[in-house]
Amino acid sequence: MDLAAVQTMRVARTRADLALAPGEQFMAGATWLYSEAQPGLTGLVDLSGLGWDRVTPEADGSLTVGAMVTVADLARWGDGSGLAAAPLFRQCAESLLASFKVQSAATVGGNVARSYAAGAMIALGATLDASASVWLADGDCADVPVSAIPAGNGVSTLAPGDAIRSLSFPAHALAALTAHRRIALAEHGRSGALLAGRRDQDGSCVLVITAATLTPVVLRWPTVPTPDAVVAAALAAPGYYSDALGSADWRRSVAATLLAEVAEELA
Amino acid sequence: MTYSVNGTPVTGEPAPGQCLRTFLRAAGHVEVKKGCDSGDCGACSVLIDGRAVHSCITPAQRANGREVTTAAGLGDDGALAPVQEALADHLGFQCGFCTPGMAVTASTLNPELADDPDALARAMRGNLCRCTGYRPIREAITHSLCGSAEGCGGCSRTLSRTADAGAGPASEGVGAAVAHPAADRIVAGREPFTFDEAPADTAYVAVLGSPHAHARVLAIDATTALAMDGVLAVLTHEDAPDVWFSTARHEHREDDPDDTRVIDSVMRFVGQRVAAVVAETQRVADLATQSLVVEYEVLPHVLDPEEARSPGAPVLHPHRTPADRVADANRNVVAAAHDATGDVEAALAASAATASGTWTTSRVTHAQLETHGAIAWVADDGRLTVRTSSQVPFLVRDELAHVLGRERDSVRVFAARVGGGFGGKQEMFCEDLVALATLRVGRPVAYEMTREEEFVRTSVRHPFRVSVRAGADASGRLTALHVDVLSDTGAYGNHAIGVMFHGCSESIAVYRAPVKRLDAEVVYTNNVPSGAFRGYGLGQVIFAIESALDELALQLGIDPFEIRRLNAVRPGDDFIVAGAPEEDLVFGSYGLDECLDLARASLAGPDDVAAPDGWDVGEGVAASMIATVPPRGHLASASIAVDSDGVFHARSGTAEFGNGTTTVHGQIVASAFGVPRSRVTLTHADTDAVRYDTGAFGSTGIVVAGKALHAACEALASALVNAGARVLGLSADECAVGSDGVSAGGRTVGWEELVAAVEPAHRRDGLAYAESHLDQRERSVAFNVQAFRVAVRRDTGEVRILRSVHAADAGVVLNPAQCLGQIEGGVAQGIGSALYEEVMIGADGAVANPAFRQYRVPQMADVPVTHVQFASTSDALGPHGAKSMSESPYNPVAPALANAIRRAVGVRPYGLPMSRDRVWRMLRD
Repeated sequence: MDLAAVQTMRVARTRADLALAPGEQFMAGATWLYSEAQPGLTGLVDLSGLGWDRVTPEADGSLTVGAMVTVADLARWGDGSGLAAAPLFRQCAESLLASFKVQSAATVGGNVARSYAAGAMIALGATLDASASVWLADGDCADVPVSAIPAGNGVSTLAPGDAIRSLSFPAHALAALTAHRRIALAEHGRSGALLAGRRDQDGSCVLVITAATLTPVVLRWPTVPTPDAVVAAALAAPGYYSDALGSADWRRSVAATLLAEVAEELA
Repeated sequence: MTYSVNGTPVTGEPAPGQCLRTFLRAAGHVEVKKGCDSGDCGACSVLIDGRAVHSCITPAQRANGREVTTAAGLGDDGALAPVQEALADHLGFQCGFCTPGMAVTASTLNPELADDPDALARAMRGNLCRCTGYRPIREAITHSLCGSAEGCGGCSRTLSRTADAGAGPASEGVGAAVAHPAADRIVAGREPFTFDEAPADTAYVAVLGSPHAHARVLAIDATTALAMDGVLAVLTHEDAPDVWFSTARHEHREDDPDDTRVIDSVMRFVGQRVAAVVAETQRVADLATQSLVVEYEVLPHVLDPEEARSPGAPVLHPHRTPADRVADANRNVVAAAHDATGDVEAALAASAATASGTWTTSRVTHAQLETHGAIAWVADDGRLTVRTSSQVPFLVRDELAHVLGRERDSVRVFAARVGGGFGGKQEMFCEDLVALATLRVGRPVAYEMTREEEFVRTSVRHPFRVSVRAGADASGRLTALHVDVLSDTGAYGNHAIGVMFHGCSESIAVYRAPVKRLDAEVVYTNNVPSGAFRGYGLGQVIFAIESALDELALQLGIDPFEIRRLNAVRPGDDFIVAGAPEEDLVFGSYGLDECLDLARASLAGPDDVAAPDGWDVGEGVAASMIATVPPRGHLASASIAVDSDGVFHARSGTAEFGNGTTTVHGQIVASAFGVPRSRVTLTHADTDAVRYDTGAFGSTGIVVAGKALHAACEALASALVNAGARVLGLSADECAVGSDGVSAGGRTVGWEELVAAVEPAHRRDGLAYAESHLDQRERSVAFNVQAFRVAVRRDTGEVRILRSVHAADAGVVLNPAQCLGQIEGGVAQGIGSALYEEVMIGADGAVANPAFRQYRVPQMADVPVTHVQFASTSDALGPHGAKSMSESPYNPVAPALANAIRRAVGVRPYGLPMSRDRVWRMLRD
């Protein structure tokens, strides 16, 4: 929709351009920004001029994904990568509420920064131990685990003016076996619970709950746990919440049920 | 910036923050529709360099230097693209508002999806259609992906679009599965809807809504707003006429309470109009509303309907009296019904089996893709003129005249094609405000609602609490039926009375029971108002009664189809709710027996979707009855004229909003005169078109308006034959009308001669003319039977529909493809209400999920195939033996699903929607 209060739009090309004036916000894919009225938003700073749109395999086997890479491009890159963890890229992209038309505009960095509980790129990053390279508003840089960026459903730990430049996926996680489950109140509705997991080559296991909880729940085991252990851990996890897309009691129960399925698939 | 649209270079500068959708529409590309403006519905889809996007969430600046393609430019050299051809041929739309975006999106799909229905549904999840239930869209897309002109595995039907002038009429008349007359324009987005044409110099309205569920407005400071560049006026309660009315529109305005003002000084729900800003642009109007400073006195509010009618509750409309059609304002009761035949307690005590419970239904939004809206101006002839998205232009005209204190003849109201309604446009939600505004600022004014406004400021389906107690003897015959209804009309009483009475009518009258009792009340609360919704109250009560009947069948070990056959009314019976028999209902035909047989046989067919391992499987059925016409009169005028070229000009007052009226009206004319539809023009939904029409509600487009047109056609045909006979010197019974004129014995009198020879009473403006006026008071009944086989996963609450069957008693079906579409669409909407949809209200009274991403309108993946069969009835009342079949298929869906779930898992659902979390909780408790 038209953003009625926006008076200015500028394309950022350097780090200096990222200094936000009062009322300004960053614009990445714009798919969320333009989907709701934004009272008080008077200026947009377009990040598409920064060139952060590459997927780069690094020499050490890790992967750097520019924040402005679209969800669709990352999934497509994953399809052709031959990585053991590649299926999870596609599964998380398809876990988005939005259709392919939005996936081809929405960005990986934008999805993480928006910090919705159901943010599927957060699930991907958290499951694969990705970290975000952040240009802080005060001029510093920081590497922040993706799982630590959400502070609540739609609330981020990033300060105004902090910009995610890229996500880095470590090599050992990309070589892991992965599994994925999701459920919503309707088949393709916004995720009520998104469960993902990986088993590394050393046998260690990471299981992650998103969408059902306000912030990601990352559970780590030295080996793939039994379903009973998974269910117990999931039921004990904090942060289950109620909204129009599912009640807390249901989210908690189905998260446990489906996370156990993830573990069984990884075993 | 410079870009191209459909190959033509365009230069223009979008405003900061402007989305591509409004930028394209401002450049004249009105084929780009607005359904949600939030990237959820897909109606605005366009291609950028061949890639599909939602233009409403695309910054306009991102089209810079790119090639944009819209539905109007999708095909090569102005032709239709293959998917557009397929959508037209497969009747892949009803209202047609979602269709351009649907076509654009589908045009980019990988052909491999033709063989993968699940992947196709996943890919199309960003495109919502509220009308069709998706089956014909799925078929059309699959057909186009196959690339075969001869049809393919994806489809089995093709339709004839309007044939060439030389083509024979036989394939186009009544009974033929012909396409919509505007099909080619609709799939390309070229058929104008309400906001696709507007007068020059149109100004725009934005509304400030109340943040409080109950409050008195003490002061409004508009100083800042009025000082803004481009603001023309700010309207408040001080500008509104001191006239009370109802937004609901009926043939009799006394059917609804006079409890509403254009803008009131008391706010009774969150979102109610506080003030309206009129400005040069929508953007300025929106911004200006945010600068209004309003002082409120917050009042206590009540959201629960039981609480609302209890002592001590806040009173919403203390000054309304029975003369205003508010039964007991101090108890917040708008209307009540208490009636009985016999002693329920005694009959239940003596029954072999009894079943009881309290069933609840949710608020549902109509979710028609075109939001409400209207444009008003004073025309050159001095009349206040309103172009509106309405099902009832004549009723809106009459009420506008009443509210504004004008002569009826000084107001003209018309509708272009309407992008869906489902009852929501049997209201006056915009027209009053644009009329007031245009008279104030002296130029055309438009008010186009946002999707959020649809949720917070229009109306929802009335939520009902229905308690049922039913008894039966050992053979399954009902001994007693007690129905106790509490309906929540929200803050205003629009349709409160009608929905309550209608809801408790055919739902109860369909079953014979020696003892019946009805207690019903509808109350005000500080919730968003309820209003007319498909089924008009029946579905809510049917959900409860059909569930209770299923419970009796289970207890007695009787087949659920048989218990319905055993107890249903049949010809010769009176229609009894709980008192004297209904006087105007007759059996014009009877198809319930046949529907039960058809549905049972069809349900025995194979699963369309396999049951996953470990899920519980069950079958359920429900039946419903509906009167074919609303009670106490439904009027229609129609005219037909033929010119000297043999072109027929039909006029009717009813509106086309996806119900297919224009298609069938064209067929009626084609049949009457033996001409192809290409020689028929249709004018409708305009208070200037005919003398009067009550409007398009209660499924009357065919059985009333179509019947009037049919009568006019018969009158004209008779006049033409008489004229031809005179010219030929023969008697009329030797002559017949055909596509070339009137013929007898090898001689033909052509159109020019006929028009000249017709008697003066049938001459008008150089044409041969006839008209008909109908007041349809006698009403027949139609029946629907829905059955499902479902699988339920206990640990998540997921419900999967394995097979869905529907049998419809539609009388003679005038257009099989179109009637099938009405039924499939009704079943799909029923599945939405049953499994997914609920407008939620927070503790503060505000709608908690006012967007499609939070409110789950069924997507393609959510709607299964429904196997539809028709009873072989012919109705004594309807035109050509037809009965109404738009509202009713919706009504039995929820109880059929509930009964199937009950039989799968052994626990009965009592609340709608039976969402996954609710089913899971029901099985855990």
